[in-house]
Amino acid sequence: MFRKQECVAMLLAGGQGSRLYALTRQIAKPAVPYGGKYRIIDFPLSNCINSGIETVGVLTQYRPLVLNEYIGSGGPWDLDRMDAGVHVLPPYQAISGAGWYKGTANAIYQNIEFIERYDPEYVLVLSGDHIYKMDYSKMLKQHKATGADCTIAVLEVEMEEAKRFGIMNANPDGSIYEFEEKPANPKSNLASMGIYIFNWDKLRRYLVEDEADETSSNDFGKNIIPNMLGNGEKLYTYRFDGYWKDVGTIDSLWEANMDLLDPKVPLNMSDTGWRIYSRTSGLPPHYIGKNAKVQNSMISEGGHIEGNMEFSIAFPGVVVEEGAEIVDAILMPGAHVGKNAKVQYAILAEDVVVEEGATVGEKPEEMENLDEWGVAVVASGIRIGAGVKVPAKAMIEEDQKGGDQ
Amino acid sequence: MKNTGACGLIFPNLHDEMMNDLTAVRALGSIPFGGRYRLVDFALSNLVHAGYNNVGIVTTKKYLSLTQHIGSGKAWDLSRKKKGLSMQPALGATPTEYEGRIIPLHDIREWLELCREEYVILSDCYVIGNINYKALVEKHIASDAEITVAYKVGACPEVPSLVTMDVTESGRVTEMRIGARPEGDVCYGIGLYVMAREKLMELVEDAFSCGKMNFERDILQARVVGGRIRGYEVPEFTLVISSLQSYFDANMALMDKEIRDKLFPSDYPVYTRVHDCAPVVYGLNAEMTGSLAADGAHIDGTVTDSLLFRNVRIETGATVRNCILMEGSIVRKGAVLENVVLDKKVTVSEGRVLRGAPTYPLYVNKGRTI
Repeated sequence: MFRKQECVAMLLAGGQGSRLYALTRQIAKPAVPYGGKYRIIDFPLSNCINSGIETVGVLTQYRPLVLNEYIGSGGPWDLDRMDAGVHVLPPYQAISGAGWYKGTANAIYQNIEFIERYDPEYVLVLSGDHIYKMDYSKMLKQHKATGADCTIAVLEVEMEEAKRFGIMNANPDGSIYEFEEKPANPKSNLASMGIYIFNWDKLRRYLVEDEADETSSNDFGKNIIPNMLGNGEKLYTYRFDGYWKDVGTIDSLWEANMDLLDPKVPLNMSDTGWRIYSRTSGLPPHYIGKNAKVQNSMISEGGHIEGNMEFSIAFPGVVVEEGAEIVDAILMPGAHVGKNAKVQYAILAEDVVVEEGATVGEKPEEMENLDEWGVAVVASGIRIGAGVKVPAKAMIEEDQKGGDQ
Repeated sequence: MKNTGACGLIFPNLHDEMMNDLTAVRALGSIPFGGRYRLVDFALSNLVHAGYNNVGIVTTKKYLSLTQHIGSGKAWDLSRKKKGLSMQPALGATPTEYEGRIIPLHDIREWLELCREEYVILSDCYVIGNINYKALVEKHIASDAEITVAYKVGACPEVPSLVTMDVTESGRVTEMRIGARPEGDVCYGIGLYVMAREKLMELVEDAFSCGKMNFERDILQARVVGGRIRGYEVPEFTLVISSLQSYFDANMALMDKEIRDKLFPSDYPVYTRVHDCAPVVYGLNAEMTGSLAADGAHIDGTVTDSLLFRNVRIETGATVRNCILMEGSIVRKGAVLENVVLDKKVTVSEGRVLRGAPTYPLYVNKGRTI
């Protein structure tokens, strides 16, 4: 027995996030740690429950192990429900054969059966790549008021940035007349946030048609939206003006973390009116040592900090030994920085060990050639030996032996 | 079907009177500890780690805070289809004042009857530690004892009606004193017992029908003669919390990484209710040293040798030294706190100065604004 739901959310979480390189070597992008104790997927999941959407299908494909166990029964997000809740939907085998999710639209197509069980009026399509707090119920309200077939959330971006996004060209009333993917000469600065609400009966029809089209790449942006526009369906923008960040690259992930340390950035994780939930580690409070100095930083449970930290983020269970300097860095769960080591402008993935006196990353002001500067990344579980120097922009995926080893 | 496991009964209200300030609004088991825990979390987590999933919490009064903390028991993985955690308010069945554990045990005898486990663990909440209950139960089963009393060796802690014992090398208890405080290292009880469930019911009903209401004196001590009581030395690290001062010291002991690791080993975590707070934010002017902070805290002032619970706020220019600040406390600009324990949701206004002595911390009630 499945209870009817007005709106079902489908969360696309199968992407590799290949531009995060070492960070997504073993985990899907939505499982990448963010903000001291969260993973990226906590944002759309928490937004759903906070918006009153209690049925969420999570479409997984690339490296799903960590993501699956993280979501579990959905309890941390209050999504372990009797008639609703969160459900992980991997690709599957059928009489007609087996297939991977070919594209975003195909992933939804293959789960039409799941959606139909709830007999919804609307389907909310989300992606697991973005950091933002958004009330989907307001978007749904507008969707109903305009009588649209599809509503697409958009954000105003700087005009010169617009060519990096999918751009919606819309009339003053919000109705969309054209969609351009990464246009060279953008006509508008309304960027798609990858958040769609569809009337389910309409979307269902387009998904079936799209599947029958062998030339299609089965993608929302490339196929479904242009097809709907071409057929004169009613598409509207929904304007969002809060914080939103695509964390698809090392730089943007690093920046989005650093944004949390900037009081001027409108993303408040302490706002109890719109909590972001996560599966927590259950560790005791973190300790700041007698000679430590910690400023402008964010530190989570279980840590033991004896060194100095500035403009940095430490996830649960991080250890920073005496004399170590952590500047503008992100230390993911279980990272360990040895005595007098330096970690600057860098991301240490889970359980990385930086031994005594090693240096990871470089400060931009100390670079001879600024073009060579970038955030250094060390993949999860990697050991950086004593005294080793990891340069800026490096992507370390193998243990680095120290001088005396 | 016989079940050789053990069920657990936790007594959160026993010894409430030791802690008068901290237990004004809550049971002893519900006293916040270590930045994010409650004292009851230790006994609960020990039971769960031992695989004992049938747990009753025997409350007699002031259990609102505890009930909210426990919820469905899910945080301890004790929200189960079979067994799991249940609150057992021992109220009403017997029209007497509730002191000790005999009347409450008599009141909840139906719960005991319905259990399938052969053994029962009885645990108070004033001694905390990551204790291996399974080893304790197995030791009891292997002996011929009726009751096994867990004990520690050391100087007597300040506990009224403390149980001290003479224990032979083979573990037999030959002498038991209640309320005495011998000098030097002694074997003292930590409010943790194991016995057969049916035996417990029998002993409780016998004592109750004779009007004997003191578990330690009327049941334990009475059975020392005849050698039916065994001692089990708990090898694990424990902390005794029996006064505001010992509460203060036990919290401050957590600054020592070794003690923290013993009390919260990574493979046997202490479970507690999750609050979904953001990580601690350290501002531009933050200066914190030698201190612990739980998630949700905002630190812009100076903090030294202190423990900050969840959602504590220290504003710019405020100074906090050698203090324990419970959940939701706010220390406004320029305020100075030294040797102070703030209960939950206390606000110290701008520029206020509060000082206790290092050997006598100043305690501020829950919800006060100063």
